[in-house]
Amino acid sequence: MTHLRKTLVVVGHGMVGHRLVQAAVERGLTETYDVVVVGEEPRPAYDRVALTSFFSVESADELSLLPEGRYDDPRVRLVLGTSVTGLDRETRKVVLSDGEVIGYDALVLATGAAPFVPPIEGRDQDGCFVYRTIEDLEAIREASATATRGVVIGGGLLGLEAANALVQLGLETHVVEMAPRLMPVQLDQAAGSTLVRHIEKLGVTVHTGAATTGILGDGRVTGLETADGTIEAEIVVFSAGIRPRDQLARDCGLDVAERGGVLVDEQCRTSDEHVFAVGECAAPGGTMYGLVAPGYAMAEVVVDVLLAGPGTFTGADMSTKLKLLGVDVASFGDAFAATEGSLELVFADAVAGIYKKLVVSEDGTRLLGGILVGDASAYGILRPMVATGTNPGIALPANPEDLILPASRGAGTTAGVVGMPDEAVVCSCNNVCKGDVLAAAADDATTRAGSTCGSCKPMVKALIEDFYAAQGRVVDKGLCEHFSLTRQELFDLVAVHGYRRFDDIVEAHGKGRGCDVCKPAIASILASQFNGHVLDHETTALQDTNDAFLANIQRNGTYSVVPRIPGGEITPEKLIVIGEVARDFGLYTKITGGQRIDLFGARMEELPAIWQRLVDAGFESGHAYGKALRTVKSCVGSTWCRYGVQDSVGLAIALELRYRGLRSPHKLKGGVSGCARECAEARGKDFGVIATEKGWNLYVGGNGGATPAHARLLAGDLDTETLLRYLDRFLMYYIRTADRLQRTAPWIDSLEGGLDRVREVVVEDSLGLGAELEDAMARHVGSYFDEWKATLEDPEKIARFVSFVNAPGVPDPNITFSTERGQIKPETSAEPVVLGPTIPVGAP
Amino acid sequence: MSTPRGGTEEWQPVCRIVELEVERGATALVHGQAVAIFRTHDDTVYALGNHDPFAKASVLARGIVGTRGDVPFVASPMHKHAFDLRTGRCLDDQHVSVPAYDVRVVEGVVLVGHRKPDAA
Repeated sequence: MTHLRKTLVVVGHGMVGHRLVQAAVERGLTETYDVVVVGEEPRPAYDRVALTSFFSVESADELSLLPEGRYDDPRVRLVLGTSVTGLDRETRKVVLSDGEVIGYDALVLATGAAPFVPPIEGRDQDGCFVYRTIEDLEAIREASATATRGVVIGGGLLGLEAANALVQLGLETHVVEMAPRLMPVQLDQAAGSTLVRHIEKLGVTVHTGAATTGILGDGRVTGLETADGTIEAEIVVFSAGIRPRDQLARDCGLDVAERGGVLVDEQCRTSDEHVFAVGECAAPGGTMYGLVAPGYAMAEVVVDVLLAGPGTFTGADMSTKLKLLGVDVASFGDAFAATEGSLELVFADAVAGIYKKLVVSEDGTRLLGGILVGDASAYGILRPMVATGTNPGIALPANPEDLILPASRGAGTTAGVVGMPDEAVVCSCNNVCKGDVLAAAADDATTRAGSTCGSCKPMVKALIEDFYAAQGRVVDKGLCEHFSLTRQELFDLVAVHGYRRFDDIVEAHGKGRGCDVCKPAIASILASQFNGHVLDHETTALQDTNDAFLANIQRNGTYSVVPRIPGGEITPEKLIVIGEVARDFGLYTKITGGQRIDLFGARMEELPAIWQRLVDAGFESGHAYGKALRTVKSCVGSTWCRYGVQDSVGLAIALELRYRGLRSPHKLKGGVSGCARECAEARGKDFGVIATEKGWNLYVGGNGGATPAHARLLAGDLDTETLLRYLDRFLMYYIRTADRLQRTAPWIDSLEGGLDRVREVVVEDSLGLGAELEDAMARHVGSYFDEWKATLEDPEKIARFVSFVNAPGVPDPNITFSTERGQIKPETSAEPVVLGPTIPVGAP
Repeated sequence: MSTPRGGTEEWQPVCRIVELEVERGATALVHGQAVAIFRTHDDTVYALGNHDPFAKASVLARGIVGTRGDVPFVASPMHKHAFDLRTGRCLDDQHVSVPAYDVRVVEGVVLVGHRKPDAA
């Protein structure tokens, strides 16, 4: 019986150490090994990559990778707040700082790296920090309470993260980088300059090509000295790179790499066969990798090797895509065109702050790498195409520049798809590739592309349109079989002829009696131009069920009720009314993402009584059912927030009330943030406003939905009056020219000139349309009324809200509920339910 | 699926035709069953089972009424499946149909009769 259990000791419980233990548990290594993992920090491993978000989470626990504080597997022992002080390779034992001695059969060094603090005079004073652990952040936060200015030394990835942290702490922030550009490892000069412009817009001052010569102060930091002058600051954060923590390995005579790091082979084994090293303390083949992904790969390799598997680590993909201070940055493959004969394709738009570069092979057929700043949306398509040493990648299309040109130049993401190779997967839900779609189009057959989540529909549409266009067949851009006109053409026709009725429009310009596509589109056009009641006689039959019953239909045919809560601000009295209504009608309640309260499970015939209570309490329709303005989200702003620089709540309420009831091609959302921290997520909205010291920055074209887009800056530092003027123009321009169900982001991309075009029309008024668009909005604002109040006052409109025309008091037996977490939940009925032979007239 | 027939009366009056909005549905309770009644542009009245077999909810009466070619149809408000108002046949999936009922309008009163023989 030699089946004694072995012991694996892991030194270090950071992200990589944790991953290794996790893999050991998941892959069954703990069947034969007891695992002891020793961590120096007081808490289990946490997400160091997301360190900066520490300031916005409730507690450090939210970053934890092991919130329970222990592994599920009892054969794993986690020792925290303890370091390994000695390693005896002869006897295979480690000594811990608390004196414990543990024997091992295999040992893994996962000690990570430490921040490098350059030997600058004055670096030991109070107010100097590094940026690595939660304790570091806590110390910086404490110091920021009495500071107003901070400097980060180092403009790499981590330095910019640290700068973000200082901005979040409300400090006037500087970044000092010795290299001539930011992120010198990942970005070229032009990309770095583009990034600087973005970051300076957020109030961070960037000093590149600036070497720090000394830290000023008399025991406490007062500033920083560079060759060009001094920068006053009470906080200095060093982020000038990291150094592998390889001291333990050095002390016991293991081989280390020339530039630091424990030298390991492809199996992550050190010069001692019982000792492995992974992550930032390791140097496979002499190279240290300062990213978490290669560390994870190494952790998996070691577990594989201990399981007698073939695992090897042969280098890592150093591609990075991230959002730095809200700016998209991606760098992948041979970003610096180091490959001999390689060519660079560059697209730069200084106004919009976009820089995109592709590095392609000499013959133009292979993608070698690239850089994206300001708009990294193409990363998903580009990344798999990259050719590396062993992987030939995917062949580039004939016009590779289409992959980075914006849609407004006749290309963009969908054109990128058109140019993609046949093997490229278009619909990942159903694994349909481009070739399948084209083959189906050729046979007039169909694929399952777009049938699951639908997010690839625009790509599939572009592919099919391109396919037919190539055959010389005209692609009908009309709305449906009843109208060969686009929404914009119909909008103009209605405006010119003054049509008020669907019948007149379809008789003059269409055929048949319409359908579920053209009817709601025309209802929306009529509502945008004349703002009548959606249940008026002329338009009532055109409305989708949501508009028809002024509520959102849910899965069992009941409706949800959403009263307007402008800007998310509500009095206790009104909150109580909502609660009382929900309780009295037995409704499910949920706080929505748009800062309102949804009441679910209302039967259609209950809607008038529910709304009567709400209207009496001063609520009005929230238009949650309409292709209309939904909400304008806000943070608490300068009134309550210590960082706020403007009254975001006040502005959000003003905007929501101004644009409430505005019918549009798609639903619209807005947001207002009181400072650059962006707690209202305004850049994820169709229009977003972010407060600056000088006024408001206006962003447009952000969306959630299937293809999320970040809003882009339209104009900066506006006073409130100018902001309203621009917003009026922007929204009306969109309503007039967008396609049916086209959100603002694809609408902007569809315009010739894209965002620049919008800026010309809205800000520069180059078409002279400004006053007309403002007038149109003024008419909307002046003609607003609450649809629910008006409905309750009109017996004819209310008459439709009955369960059965011949038994108005009988509830539909098909609607039933169960309960979950103490609230109702809809049940579906597979078969129609039959009431008993006698109709219980009048019974509830 | 059994044919819901219920009571012995052949034709059941449900409402007056003027109470029905043009190209909009209403729901009636006929022999214990929710039936969707539609009045088209030419004042023809149709009746279908109200239960959408795809969404498994009783909602068809709340759909938009229109035409596909010459076929009058209602689009379910749930996922927009189209049903032929004359036969109950789903225009998007020939294997699926909903019950269709005979309808007469006598002196302005809408009468719903038996379920039509399955069209599919």
